[in-house]
This record gives sequence, structure tokens and C-alpha cells, in this order.
Amino acid sequence: MARVLTAEPGIDRVIGVDVIPPRGDIGGAEFVRADIRNPIISKVIRAASVDTVVHMGVIATPVQAGGRMSMKEINVIGTMQLLAACQKAPTLEKLVVKSTTAVYGSGPKDPAMFTEEMQPKHPPSSGWAKDSVEVEGYVRGFARRRPDVQVTTLRLANFFGPTVDTPMTSYFSLPVIPTVLGFDARLQFVHEDDGLEALRRACVQDRPGTFNIAADGVLLLSQAARRAGRPLAPIPLPLVGLVGAAVRRAGLADFSPEQVRFLTYGRGVDTTRMREVFGFSPAHTTAETFDEFVRSRESTRLIPAERVEAAERQLVSLLGGGRAHA
Amino acid sequence: MPDARVIPFDDGERSRRRPLGSVADEDVLDISELTPEPEGLRERISDSIGFLRRRITGEYPVDEFGFDPELLDKVLMAPLRPLYSSYFRVETRGLENVPDVGGALVVANHSGTIALDAVMTQLALLDHHPAHRHLRMLGANLVFSMPFVGELARKGGHTLACAPDAERLLSEGELVGVWPEGFKGIGKPYSERYKLQRFGRGGFVAAALRTGAPIIPCAIVGAEETYPIIGNVKFLARMLGLPYFPLTPTFPWLGPLGLVPMPSKWIIEFGEPIPTEEFGEGAADDPMLVFNLTDQVRETIQQTLYRLLVQRRSVFR
Repeated sequence: MARVLTAEPGIDRVIGVDVIPPRGDIGGAEFVRADIRNPIISKVIRAASVDTVVHMGVIATPVQAGGRMSMKEINVIGTMQLLAACQKAPTLEKLVVKSTTAVYGSGPKDPAMFTEEMQPKHPPSSGWAKDSVEVEGYVRGFARRRPDVQVTTLRLANFFGPTVDTPMTSYFSLPVIPTVLGFDARLQFVHEDDGLEALRRACVQDRPGTFNIAADGVLLLSQAARRAGRPLAPIPLPLVGLVGAAVRRAGLADFSPEQVRFLTYGRGVDTTRMREVFGFSPAHTTAETFDEFVRSRESTRLIPAERVEAAERQLVSLLGGGRAHA
Repeated sequence: MPDARVIPFDDGERSRRRPLGSVADEDVLDISELTPEPEGLRERISDSIGFLRRRITGEYPVDEFGFDPELLDKVLMAPLRPLYSSYFRVETRGLENVPDVGGALVVANHSGTIALDAVMTQLALLDHHPAHRHLRMLGANLVFSMPFVGELARKGGHTLACAPDAERLLSEGELVGVWPEGFKGIGKPYSERYKLQRFGRGGFVAAALRTGAPIIPCAIVGAEETYPIIGNVKFLARMLGLPYFPLTPTFPWLGPLGLVPMPSKWIIEFGEPIPTEEFGEGAADDPMLVFNLTDQVRETIQQTLYRLLVQRRSVFR
């Protein structure tokens, strides 16, 4: 992200803030090691006369933060600290917040596609999604108190791509995909490049508001598993909790309750506003995004599509041969 | 589920082996009867194999509602087709009232304990309408919280009965089906057969007004007799979280046999479309207009039902 921004001609200084120094190349960006949970952040903003703050610090899994308590603290208290610092920063013109479509929750009473102004029918009750709802709430409060600052909130669908590592990518990397028996969730992804591009545009363009950012089309969970060449293991609903806990303990994938709900009922978001107001069209569809992810992890496919296709050709030619005989 | 398609594959194996082995004469005759057109059969077999391959590799399109048209046509509808033509002998009338393209709202009476009438109407429009239209139905949220039922409903093209989904489908030019009586309709006792229940809150009329889609009243005769409800075990229904627990002359007394429906004769009649475009914008926010239109649709269906009942010679013919 920092690299993308430094390459932008209109931006001459990018400062990254995190508790852990970045592993990769951050281009021409500077790095300040600081914790957003304490007021140092406000010194950083003031000292550098920051005009744009990009808040991407909502973390998704307790493992990343070292426990649910500290995760909540970083997500919620961190956001409050950051916003408090922003409110006192006279030079600030813009705030970009990376949020998630998980704020819509997931359940049987959901409409097929959520637009930005719809209220969730099943508000998320735990974890990352709930934190994101609270973060968005504080951001709205900030927008009221500082009407001169442009606030753009991007609700991104699940990030997928060859390089990202999220609970969802580790789920689809399991040798056998556990699903909830009798349910087939609709999934919508966003390609990592498209997600970054949307964040970049939010920084350089003036498009205040809340936007869903997601790729076109949906995949059904069963369909995605088949595209990944992996067998499904349907689990009856009453046992889902047990299996989820076992998988989590084994360190294979991180199943939180709101994620299980997502994988049961699925979710779709409407992207009309992203196209017409935000002015952005993703380059990849959901299916393309997923296929690229699958190709990047080629070696682990159990049922490769090519072999199935070869089998089909063989069968058809066999039939043709038999006919020719007759 | 793709296993169902293996059947024609078997036929292929037999016809392929025919010239090779020593097959009895009558067997050969039998096969020539089975395969009047070998070319067609071969195509069908490679079609089925292609279908299987797409199923295994996941290369089939679904729309944003989760609708899987190929699965619907080849698998979900397959067991219902004989039920439609031979068992219930469904007769359709007024199919020309359903437009070939563009959004329209089919509103029908609901009956018969399980929503057989809905799937039969869907099949009528898919197989017998000249444009082979998909009916996208709006279901109660109970449907989508039940395992299997909810999954199949989504794959069959249906979605939750709520204003955003109805308007989205209609403005995309889809044919939408709605059964506004809901559980009051399918769960009513046999003594109240063909008496229309309350028509919800008229949400479907508002959706049609907002999108300018015509409303097509539809009357279904025959579904009431498939599972006549003679009693309702309320405490069991409450325990299972269902809107009713039906007792029919055969269910649950005969066990699984009680699930066999009565072979009643069905008539599905699509009435003249009621245009909604002429009311203009903002009409959906006029509650009086919405109520009046709802009543008009309800009255039309009720009158058509009475007329069809008089014409039908008996329940089974």
C-alpha cells in the first residue's frame, strides 16, 4: 500500500505506522514504530502536518493480535485514539477507513444484495465484524465533529489473491473443505490488486461517503471448493461448533462464529454506488479472483480440472469410436 | 446429485457394446426401440458427460441470487416433470398473458400444505411458455433458514420476500412469482379450500408500482386436494418451530406413504395483466392505491378460482 502511494505523483511523503516493522519493501515511505493505542500517534500526525490519514488497522483474527482482548483493544481503542488525534490535527483534510462487508452480518433474513444504506438484519455479535461496526460508528461520530474533513469508508469484500493470507484463504487451502450440511453460501470476493487500487483512489480522489468494494458476480461455496479441486465435507449444523474448534486448535484455519455464519448463509453486496459515485470498476470478477488464487496454490489441488477434462475427452472419444464401429 | 444423469450414460454403454458381443435378438430390437436416432443419443450422452464435468470442476454460472439455471433444468426439475404431466395432468391457460421478455409479477393463490403449487407454476412457465421463462419466486424467511430447503430454493432461482430483492429482480427484467397468502394459504384446513386468505401487507403491489412491472393474477386449482389438512397439532408445530403441523387423511398415520399426494387434476390459469406503469412515480407511497390494487388482484384470483371450480368435472378428472 505504501509503495503504491509513494509512486503517486501528487503525494510526496508517506508515513507508515505500526507496532511491527514492515517485512517487505515499502518503497519511498518512512516508517514510524508506534502503537495506535497510545497518544504518540497524535505527535506523529502533528509533527508531520499530515493531510491524509488512512486507517487500515482493524485486524481480523485474535491470533494476529495475541488474543481476543488485545485484538479488541487495538481495533476499537486504537481507532478512538487515532480519531482523537485526527480531531486535534488542524492540517487534516481527509480520512480513509478500510472497513469490511462483514458489518452487514449474515443470516437467512438478509436481502440478496446489501446496498450501503441498508441496516444489517443480523448484526454481527462478535469478533472482527463487530469491531468493524464499532469502528464505523466512531468514524461517523468523527465526521460529524469535523465536517471539514472528507471521510471515505470502504467496505471491502473478502480479499483474495496470490499473495494475501487471510482466514478465508487458509480455509480454501484446507485439503478438505468443511461446510455446513444443507447450506450453500454465496461468496463475493475482491482481488487484492483491485482492493489496493480502490484504497489508492480513495486517497487521491475526493469521494467522501461509504462504498461497498467487491468484484462482480458470486460463487457458491460448493462451486468455489470444486474450482479449487477440493472435496467437500458437509457437517450437520449441531456439530459445526465442535469441528470449527478442532480445526482452530489444530492451527489449520481460524474459524470464528461470525465466519461460520458467513460460510452458512453467505452475503452479497451491491456495487452500483462504487461504480457510479466512487467511479471504480474492479478489473477481476469474483470467479477470476478465486481462480487466480487457486492457480497460485496449484500444487495442493486434489482434483485438478485438467484431469477431469481429459477424462471427459476420453469418454466422448470412446463413445465416438464405438459408434464408428457400428 | 449429478448421479441422476448417469442413467443415459448406461444406455450408451449398452448400444456401444451391441456390435461386439453376442447379443440376443430381442435385446437388439429393444435397443433399436430405445434409440430411434443414434446421433441424438450420442449428443445427449456427451452433453451429460459435459454436464458432469462442469459440475465437478465448478465451471457453471450462478447469478447474484445464487440461481443455477443448469442445475434447475437438468436436475431439480427432472423428477417433477412426470408429476406435472402424468400425475397431476396440469392444464395451463392464458400463458399468452405472460410476456416473453421484461419484468412482470405473477401473483397466485397458495395451497396444499407444502408449496407444490409454486414449483408446478415454475415448471409450467419453464417448459410450456414459448419463451421458457424462469419464475423467480419470493419465499418466506423460514425457507432460507431451513437446511437443504433454503439451499435448493436459492439454486432454483428464488429469494427472500423483501422489497429490495423483489424490486431488484423486476428491474432486471425477471419474471417474479409471489404467493401473498404465505403460510396462511398453504396451512389452511381443507374446509376452507379455495377461500383466499389475507394478502399480506400489499408489499408485492408496491414493488410492482415502483418498477412499473405488470401484475399477472394467477389461479391454481387442484393443489388444495393434494394434501387435505384435517387437523393441526399446534404444540408439535411450536416445538419444531414450524407455522403448522399438518394432519391429513394419510399423514402421519401411514408413515412415509402419507407423503404421497392425492392425484388431483390441476388447472393453472394466468389472467390478464394489470398494468402499473400508468400510475406514475410515487404511486407506491399512496397506501390507498396499494390497498385497492391488492384487493383488485385478490378479487380477480378469487373469481377465476370459482369459475375454474365450476368447470372442473371432479377433483380427480
